[in-house]
Amino acid sequence: MIPAAFDYYRPSDIAGAIALLQEHGDDARVIAGGHSLIPMMKLRMAEVPHLIDLQDIASLKGITISGERITLGAMVTQHELIDSAELAAKAPILREAALQIADPQVRYMGTVGGNVANGDPGNDMPGLMQCLDADITLTGPDGSRTVAARDYYEAAYMTDREDDEILVTVSFDAPKGGYAYEKQKRKIGDYATAAAAVQLVKEGGSVASASIAMTNLSDTPVWSEAAGAALVGTACDADAVKSAVAAMLNDIDPTEDNRGPVAFKRHAAGIVLARAITRAWDRA
Amino acid sequence: MADKMHIKLKVNGADHEFLAEPRELLIYALRERLGITGPHVGCDTSHCGACTVTIDGKSVKSCTMFVAQANGADITTIEGLGSPDALHVLQEKFREHHGLQCGFCTPGMITRAVKLLEENPNPSEEEVRFGMAGNLCRCTGYQNIVKSILAAAAEMNTVKEAAE
Repeated sequence: MIPAAFDYYRPSDIAGAIALLQEHGDDARVIAGGHSLIPMMKLRMAEVPHLIDLQDIASLKGITISGERITLGAMVTQHELIDSAELAAKAPILREAALQIADPQVRYMGTVGGNVANGDPGNDMPGLMQCLDADITLTGPDGSRTVAARDYYEAAYMTDREDDEILVTVSFDAPKGGYAYEKQKRKIGDYATAAAAVQLVKEGGSVASASIAMTNLSDTPVWSEAAGAALVGTACDADAVKSAVAAMLNDIDPTEDNRGPVAFKRHAAGIVLARAITRAWDRA
Repeated sequence: MADKMHIKLKVNGADHEFLAEPRELLIYALRERLGITGPHVGCDTSHCGACTVTIDGKSVKSCTMFVAQANGADITTIEGLGSPDALHVLQEKFREHHGLQCGFCTPGMITRAVKLLEENPNPSEEEVRFGMAGNLCRCTGYQNIVKSILAAAAEMNTVKEAAE
């Protein structure tokens, strides 16, 4: 419950935050909503001698919709995301997924950027962003660079972000067609036993394109290219769904924990994916 | 030890200034420094919501915010919602509908419920349950908490209509 002592900074721009990251190296961390980092600090599982609060950096806030391109500032909260009617119209899967993340209080504080950057395979947004083929923009001392969400995750808590970089935005094209985020969890606020993000486009009674990503079924989110490919050209019937599930099961690697043994998680993964595909097809 | 910071908070309309280590959790600043002991601590993993307060218009678990982050904030706790002689309608309805037993979750429940009804003045039972899902209760089984909140919503809406 009692975190170790730290020095606290509240810079008003990104340059100020990066300068602090450079100055203090491994001893510094940025804090966004604080709803993963503070719990870890309270358990003394994260030691952060220099804490850099991003709340005063205006450029990290806001949802920008420009034509078909959607850009979410890293400090956009889950609550703001759910509250945005414009975003719900353009990319309804985000709202559906965000309502399955945590609880109201956590959603007022927890941010999209923190969820995406955290690197915990339990987080829901990483798989969702892989499903949407989102771009993650990072700013560091030498400027900004963009990396695909599908390339961002290396292992549990290991991502492509360098220690002196800040995740500034997540952007993607407004998805087309039907969507679903289906999550099996033990209770409100729990990370998924298994979850599936699906976007698919229907044309002339068959699947024209499909993107499928899975949450908390490996040490990273899993974008299953093969599962999406298994649906393309089909009428999304029971056999097609079965093929997609089989393809997905080849791509995941769950581990046993108190959410269940591996065999159960694989079973649950198949169920949530089949449900998500069916719901997305109905909406397409 | 890190240097102490000069912290300013407005709590229930009153200004407070003090020196505190940045790592001090807001819940402890409220309870131990300012004597505002309505918000409680029920867990160490940010689940239970007993510490819920309203900060700059958001329902926040004050165990998951450092006092440094809250510097400059405007905070409302259960103590700011009513008085024994003039209860807030939610306090009144929790009493009337037996929405509490031990009372430990109640300050967080009511503070959260006030915000819920601000955002959704006419919620369904399902919306109340979902909107209160960040607050755990060991005693009531939730049923009477839901009744209390729905009753408060109905009364607030009646009062609002009468005023219009």
